[in-house]
Amino acid sequence: MTDADELVRRTRELLAEHPPASTDRLDFLRARFDAGLAWVHYPQGLGGLDAPRSLQAVVDAELEAAGAPDNDPRRIGIGLGMAAPTILAYGTEEQKQRYLRPLWTGEEVWCQLFSEPGAGSDLAALGTRAVRAGEDWVVNGQKVWTSSAHVARWAILIARTDPDVPKHAGISYFVCDMTDPGVEVRPLRQITGEAEFNEVFLTDVRIPDSRRLGGIGDGWRVAQTTLMNERVSIGGMRLPREGGMIGPVAQTWRERPELRTHELHQRLLKLWVEAEVSRLTAERLRQQLVAGQPGYEGSGMKLAFARLNQEISGLEVELRGEEGLLYDDWTMRRPELVDFTGRDAGYRYLRSKGNSIEGGTSEVLLNIVAERVLGLPAEPRTDKDVAWKDLAR
Amino acid sequence: MTDLLYSEEEEALRAAVRDLLTDHCAPADVIARAESGAPHDRALWKTLAEGMGLAGLLIPEEQGGQGASAREAAVVLEELGRAVAPVPYLTSAVVATEALLACGDEELLGRLAAGRTIGALAVGLHVAPGGEVRTVRAEDGGLHGELTGIADADVADVLLVPADDGGLYAVAADAVTVTPQTSLDLTRPLATVRLEGAPGRRVGDAGPAVRRALRTAAGLLASEQLGLADWALTETVRYLKERKQFNRPVGGFQALKHRLAQLWLEVVNLRAAARAAADAVACGEDADVMVAVAQAYAAPVAVHAAEEALQLHGGIGMTWEHPIHLYLKRAKADSIAYGTAGAHQGALAGLVDLQGP
Repeated sequence: MTDADELVRRTRELLAEHPPASTDRLDFLRARFDAGLAWVHYPQGLGGLDAPRSLQAVVDAELEAAGAPDNDPRRIGIGLGMAAPTILAYGTEEQKQRYLRPLWTGEEVWCQLFSEPGAGSDLAALGTRAVRAGEDWVVNGQKVWTSSAHVARWAILIARTDPDVPKHAGISYFVCDMTDPGVEVRPLRQITGEAEFNEVFLTDVRIPDSRRLGGIGDGWRVAQTTLMNERVSIGGMRLPREGGMIGPVAQTWRERPELRTHELHQRLLKLWVEAEVSRLTAERLRQQLVAGQPGYEGSGMKLAFARLNQEISGLEVELRGEEGLLYDDWTMRRPELVDFTGRDAGYRYLRSKGNSIEGGTSEVLLNIVAERVLGLPAEPRTDKDVAWKDLAR
Repeated sequence: MTDLLYSEEEEALRAAVRDLLTDHCAPADVIARAESGAPHDRALWKTLAEGMGLAGLLIPEEQGGQGASAREAAVVLEELGRAVAPVPYLTSAVVATEALLACGDEELLGRLAAGRTIGALAVGLHVAPGGEVRTVRAEDGGLHGELTGIADADVADVLLVPADDGGLYAVAADAVTVTPQTSLDLTRPLATVRLEGAPGRRVGDAGPAVRRALRTAAGLLASEQLGLADWALTETVRYLKERKQFNRPVGGFQALKHRLAQLWLEVVNLRAAARAAADAVACGEDADVMVAVAQAYAAPVAVHAAEEALQLHGGIGMTWEHPIHLYLKRAKADSIAYGTAGAHQGALAGLVDLQGP
């Protein structure tokens, strides 16, 4: 058992052996990983020390105080939040050793090849095919809404390995090399003007069977680990009061009394209350997790987060009146980072429209709450026992 | 940061209160009692207040109470709300008690803590913290005037009456005329209180005592509203799993599932807001903002929950024999009690510096 004192001791040892001021950033991050101080709840030898997750804060505080570099987690969110927990849960020892270290240090960026033009909410209907050819799989298909594909070294990929069984049973989960000549990444421009996402075309991409995660046909179960972590990371950020989308509009309201109207005032106050209550709910969820009490509240956080972001940013555009008619810049860009509260009110308004679609639409999340939390009967299914190849499309 | 969870002791308290209410506060009895001319359940009150000692939760031990805090009282109110229990807990053990704590009146606090005396603050139930308070005339050694909308006045033994000389007076119930009003909320009835030269004992200054009592009331009312909403959601989900139409459980229709999931989300949010308000009242930190946030949020949720329960129960929900109407009436009355959501939202404008045009 590794306690807080032991972690402080090890962190100081790391800092002594690799003084941040005179150590190359990457060398320091690698040394931190090898010392088990990257994510302390991971196993020994894989960047952790099998310590309780809550003790990570102890390490982070020591490192921050010493001015140590971090791994820029916002740049590698998909790797840290989705690929890593899946590799940890389903990867072979060899796969864990190969992928986790450069994933955590940020040397290798990851992206996610899940959604397809014909498989959004019904992700399990996906049609990208992986056909066995000796020791390899040959993959053909099209993926969409892929953040970071243009900078990614690896992708987590789900593809259909057996079209003759019902859709959930015929999927396998792979690690795809984004430098393979058959991978073509095209920017997908969004309503904001920029291309934060991509379309990815896969043409005869060869993936060695050693890069499969989990069993053949077991990909849907493996993907659940990935998706669960995605929803937690989208809805579960800890914020101070006025820390989210409400912050900029409250600031504008205070600084620009000439913009105020009675009607906007009532709407602003109502949204301020809802944002504060939502923040308290997120904080309560966090306290439940720390106390080891399983809470269902997480399923609802993303729903509230999406609706509030949209309503608040919509109000902000109206509040700005004449300026609300303008937009900062429509130039096509390919940003590496996504910041929902970044740029101006118009951008926030448009970008937040994606919040109720990405990572599970709000409609699908309501079904999940109704069925898994409230225990209401599932939708009648016509696709469960039908071979994938015979489904309507 | 605010502790938003329930402690083990709080969960034990909840379990004890719920057990008692399950055995002694059945919905059918509450409905029957509502029209009996004696709407309050005195036997249940005696067990809660005297037997379990819950009347004195907010009163320090040296004054005969339990020395607990608003957090525990909030848990009791959640359970009483869940059962729409017709007992004067909020009005006596919270509102009157808080007013007396502000005044430091040991004699009355001791009596209220023991649970044998029921107190009521003679301020209209609709008045928000900081709102305008009606007073009676203090003249020739007696109090004169009429006050309306006083919750649970007809079971109170002592009324705490604000007078025009700035004092708060303790007046024995048998020295005044209490006339029940026909109330929207059958389980928390209102009454008029008429004073014709009634003798009163000045216990302190009315201003700070009423302010404190109403702020605590508003903050903890959110927990009662949480209990109401939680019952409405739980009961509706249970019913919709059983009720079949079109050869399917009605709860399997997506239009209804989405409405219940939305309601669940609101109840989850209300729980966080109510816990935050109770904790803030208990420790005194950030209490004005947290109470206003909870009250601006709670009433619409409790009313929505009761209205959804009624609609989704269909025809049976409209009947007198089904308890939903008790919850709807309580939820709607609660949306006015101690200030409307709009009044609390308006108060926030000043508290968090979001002033109007």
